[in-house]
Order: sequence, then structure tokens, then C-alpha cells
Amino acid sequence: MPDVINTHGEIRQDQWQVIERPVEGEVLTLPDDQPVLIPADLWLAGDYAGNDRIGAWFDSHEEPEILAGRVNELPVIAVNFPKFVDGRGYSIARILRERLGYRGELRAIGDVLLDQLHYMKRCGFDAFTLRADKDSGKALQCLNVFSNSYQAATDNDLPLFRRRAS
Amino acid sequence: MYVYDEHDRQMAAERVAQFRDQTDRALSGELAEEEFLPLRLQNGLYIQRHAPMLRICIPYGMLRSAQLRRLAKVTRDYDKGYAHFTTRQNVQLNWPALENVPDILADLAEVEMHANQTSGNCIRNTTTDQFAGVQADEIADPRPYCELIRQWSTFHPEFAFLPRKFKVAVNASEHTDRAAIQVHDIGLQMVRNEAGELGFRVHVGGGLGRTPMVGPVIRDFLPEFDLLTYMEAVLRVYNRYGRRDNKFKARIKILVKALTPEGFAEKVEAEWEHIKDSPTRLTHEAVEHIRGFFTEPDYQSLDNATDLLAKQRFENREFDQWLSHNVDIHKKPGYAIASLTLKKTGIPPGDVTADQMETIADLADQYSFGEVRVTHQQNVVLADVRQDQLFDLWQAITPLGFATANLHTLNDIICCPGGDYCNLANAKSIPVAEAIQRRFDDMDYLYDLGDIDLNISGCMNACGHHHVGNIGVLGVDKKGDEFYQISLGGSSHHDAEIGKILGPSFAREQVPDVVSNIVDVYVEQRTAEENFLDTYRRIGIKPFKERVYA
Ligand code: SF4
Repeated sequence: MPDVINTHGEIRQDQWQVIERPVEGEVLTLPDDQPVLIPADLWLAGDYAGNDRIGAWFDSHEEPEILAGRVNELPVIAVNFPKFVDGRGYSIARILRERLGYRGELRAIGDVLLDQLHYMKRCGFDAFTLRADKDSGKALQCLNVFSNSYQAATDNDLPLFRRRAS
Repeated sequence: MYVYDEHDRQMAAERVAQFRDQTDRALSGELAEEEFLPLRLQNGLYIQRHAPMLRICIPYGMLRSAQLRRLAKVTRDYDKGYAHFTTRQNVQLNWPALENVPDILADLAEVEMHANQTSGNCIRNTTTDQFAGVQADEIADPRPYCELIRQWSTFHPEFAFLPRKFKVAVNASEHTDRAAIQVHDIGLQMVRNEAGELGFRVHVGGGLGRTPMVGPVIRDFLPEFDLLTYMEAVLRVYNRYGRRDNKFKARIKILVKALTPEGFAEKVEAEWEHIKDSPTRLTHEAVEHIRGFFTEPDYQSLDNATDLLAKQRFENREFDQWLSHNVDIHKKPGYAIASLTLKKTGIPPGDVTADQMETIADLADQYSFGEVRVTHQQNVVLADVRQDQLFDLWQAITPLGFATANLHTLNDIICCPGGDYCNLANAKSIPVAEAIQRRFDDMDYLYDLGDIDLNISGCMNACGHHHVGNIGVLGVDKKGDEFYQISLGGSSHHDAEIGKILGPSFAREQVPDVVSNIVDVYVEQRTAEENFLDTYRRIGIKPFKERVYA
């Protein structure tokens, strides 16, 4: 089980397993001893609402808008970073939080490295599974590398210019 | 000029500490090279042909004399005692050692300077007109908006890993465009609507490089307070839908082209609908707060020194030439804008030594309220010089080589570092600039030719803006040999246009002859009022082609 880090840098382990999209023609098979994250469009197409052991995940090219109106039926949503330089996941996260009003756990998965944690946190992620070779012990420092910010994001909707003016 | 408050200082210090830690982890091998790469790029550091190169930000081209002195010190302490002004109002050190970079950044932070986002796939330094705030014909001072954009884009959490680099430029003059906004990812032209309200005309998707494009207008009028929310919408659409599969197709211009400007604009408007009234919308207080940093210096109430200058011009022909070419009209009576040339034949355009930087800092203190501006034409401007002190200034800078009265002439060449310094180059660019300058060394002839923009890039990346030169020179690789392709008719101004390729490329030795031939055609065909571009536009490329390839 990979470590899961929260925004306070605390490390825990949990059972959520990411289920890959089945290849064409195959059907989704789910283990019954474990909570799972399944591709978001398959969650939508299936009849999983109310099952708190089934969450959803988005890949970076996918559209979070498909879950409009339904996000809060999900216990966990994950966003995959196929490569850490693929920045689409940041926009997906903000849309899930700020536009679709998602309140549950938002987890960054995939190529998640230490130096991106702060940006991820600002965009609304509150759980992170670091790539296996990275040191979870350094996460706290990297999450809090800046104590202030210029622009609004999910973590603080007041840009500095509004805070300065008051 | 903008002055940091405790928030800016704190974030600047935290940024240096962050990069120090990242550098340590890179040096210890904990951070793999490809993981460190975007981090160091976003701190201005990239590895060049000879050594690391550090690109330091000069926000919208403005520098205080103390900052210039610190730059001089940094080049002495950590480098070879000189620096290079780029075509994007930044300054580069060419030989810093990787392990020293955190110290350099700490030294710069002490004078409110940084290298944030000067490279990498993020929002870069916002540029503007070097005459901002001192020219008579501007709609409003663009610098407060540049500073607001700087703050909004600095460490923006959503846009640190864009498909590709992203450059913004703002222009406020009604009649000129010294910031070349139409060849930027976002170009903002300040305008007033019929009700007299301030706003921006928004161009998106201009750019040079492999697929040069003039940025189409996607919004005729964006009210000033909507600036940041609208930019956030543009960036979000780009971040989500810009291509990431091919580095050469990843700029926003490719997306705008694929969706058509109308299609792209629709997507932006739809996104903007959701966020236009968010707290990111600017407020009157916020704009006024920043505007308060760009107030006028302590001008004295003077009359124009018309008689004095007339007398000095009459007595000294070289001063007369300098005044005509390197001095511009100021909005305040009795003041003038003086441009110092950093381009002397034999010296790479934009190169400046530590001694020269200190001298310029002294000149700024003495003649121009301690402020300096750097231009995208790689020169330096003292923006607030008293007219009755122009002659003194001219005398002071002449022996320093800063008074070459060649501004806007064929010899005022924009030139990238090219094959001498840059490992992406196909060909050298500096020796080409030098050969052209040597060919055209008769100042009277240059003045007679009038304004001609000649721009040189060492490769398709177009750092020397060759596409928008009236005459453009591009280094190309022909089976391992360095060749040069010539284009004509480009412009980076209000009438922005991408130049047309003249024909097959030339060996380096041929380039000065080719330029001579082009200039000859213009001289033979021009009418009394025409400059080079006018003549080219009237007669087309054919007569030039026939002469050059005869
Ligand atoms: S245009 Fe090419 S050669 Fe010139 S500086 Fe840019 S990348 Fe280097």
C-alpha cells in the first residue's frame, strides 16, 4: 500500500486501489475485499452511487464536468498525473472544487513528486500519493514552502490585492 | 516604480530557500535531472553550450540604479564581469556555477530582483513599452497593469506546468507599438471605449518561432477590472486543451489556429462566465494601490529648452544627429527621453560590462531620477532627462560608446546570442550583425535610408525576432554548414506582419552583399515620403528577388 499524505503532511495508509480502464471489449471487474477508484465515466455509467467503497478517478485529458451535479455522491475522487510536467490535473482539481462544489477527498495520484505538492494543495487536493521512490518525510516542508500567495485559488479565494486593501 | 512590501519580501525569501533546497537535492542526486529541469528553468537557470546560464527578470524593463549596481556586483562575484540584455527585457549571466545560483538569487532578492519564471513552460515576464509613463500619446500608464499581471502570474498554482512557455505584452500608446504585442501569446492593447472607460483589446496566439503568427483579436474591449479573470480563463483553456504531444505544436497559437480565433474566443468566454465575478476581479482600490507606485518623479516645472538646444545643435553636428535619432519627446515640457545604445560594431548586441552598468547607474542618478529602462531592442533608456542637461549627458556618454546615433537605422540590429553562445543555434548570428554594421558604416547614408528594422536569429526559435524585421536574417543548417535565409516585409508594430522569405539561403560572407542589394532596390524605387517598409509594401517582393538572385 502506498503512503497517503494529507495537507498537514501526516502519513497514513489506506486500501483504495486504482482500477485501470479495461481494454476495449473487457468489462470492469472489481475486487470485493477492497475499496476502489474506477474511471469517472464508468462510475457515471454504472450504478454505484451511495456505495462508499467506490470512488472515481480522472486521467489528465478527461473532463471533470461530466460529474456536474453528482460529485458529492463520491467518497473519493482521484486525478492522475501521467507525468509531473502535465499540468492539466491542476485545472481539473480547481473545477471539481470551485465549480462543481466537490467536498470529499481529492487525491493526486500518478507521477506525484515533492516539489509539486504545494501547487496541488492550493488547487484543492487534500490527499497525495507520492511516487514510490520519493520521501514522504519531506512532504510537510514542501507542502508549506510558501506561507503566502499572490493569487486566489481553491485554498484561499482572496487574492493578495484584496487582503492588502483591507 | 513598484516597491516590495512585507508580503513580496517574504515570498521572495521563501522562493530562494525553496530553490536552495531543490539545488541541494539535485546536486546530491536525490532529484533526477529531468525532475530538476522545470524547477531550475522556472528559476531562470538553463544549461547552455558552455555553462549554465541565468536569466534574471527585469519586470517590464524597469530598473533602479541600486539594482543595476547589484547586477554589476553579481556579474563580478559570480561570473565574468558582464551580462547580456535580451530581447524580452531580461538580463542574462552566461557563466554562473550551478551551486552558486541560490546565492546569486539571494543577493538579487535583497534589491527586490529575481529570476522567477524567466524560462520554462509557465507565464513569463510581462513586457511593455520602454517609454511607458513618459510619452504623451498613451491611453494610460501600462505599468500598474503589468505589475498586477506579474503578481497574479507569480507562482500561479494552476499554470506552472503549461504545455509551453507563455508570454504577455502590454501596449498603451495609440500610435506606436514598441512592445510588439501582436507576436505574443497574449497581447494587450490599452483602449478606451465610447463611454471613455479604460480597457484592453485582447490579441491571443501571436508568436514567432516555427509557425510565426500575428495574434488575432479575440475581444475588442475587456474592461480594466476584468483583466485577471479573463486572463485566467484564457490560460485555463490553454492549459486544458493546448497540445502536449508535440513540443513544436504546443504554443497557444496552434490551439487558436485549430479552434479558429472565433472558436477559441467562445471557449474563453464560456470559461470566463464562471469566474468573471470571482474575487480575482480587480477592484478600484487594488488598481489605485498599484498605480500609486508609478507616480511621476519630482519633475520641476520647466519650459522647453528650444532655443538652447537649437544653438547647441547648430554648433555641434554630432550632437544634432544624436538628438534627432536617440532622443524622444517627453510628455513634460523641459524633459526628454534619451536612449543609450549598447550596440557598437564588434560587440555582441546587448552585452554590457559590470563597469558599464555602474556607469549607467551613475548617469541615471545624475540625470534621470535614478531609474533606467531596458528595451526589447537591447538598448537602455534614461526616461526623464532635463532638456538643458542633454548636452552634458551626450558629452558624458560619447566616450563610453553609448551615443552611437544609430537608433532605428539599419545598424541598430536586434540579434540573438546565436551559435557563439547558444546550443540550439543552427548558425552564428553575432558575426553576421558585425559584418552588416561594418558594411553600413557611413552614418549619413544610414540616416538617408531612414528607419529599417534588421533582426537576426540563429535558429527557428526566433529569439532575434527575425520574422518581424523589415529585413530578417535566419541561420539555417544546410548539411552541416551555416547558411542564412533572408525575409522581407516583417513588422512588429501596429501594422504587425510576418516577413516573406526571399528565396534560397546564402553563405555568411554573402549576407552583407545581399543586404546591400536589397537596400539599393529600395533607394532606387522609393518616393520622397516612403520608408523601407512602405516601398516594400507598394512594389512587393519581386524586384528585390530579381536583384538579389540576378
Ligand atoms: S534564436 Fe536560436 S540560436 Fe538564437 S538564442 Fe534563440 S535559440 Fe539560440
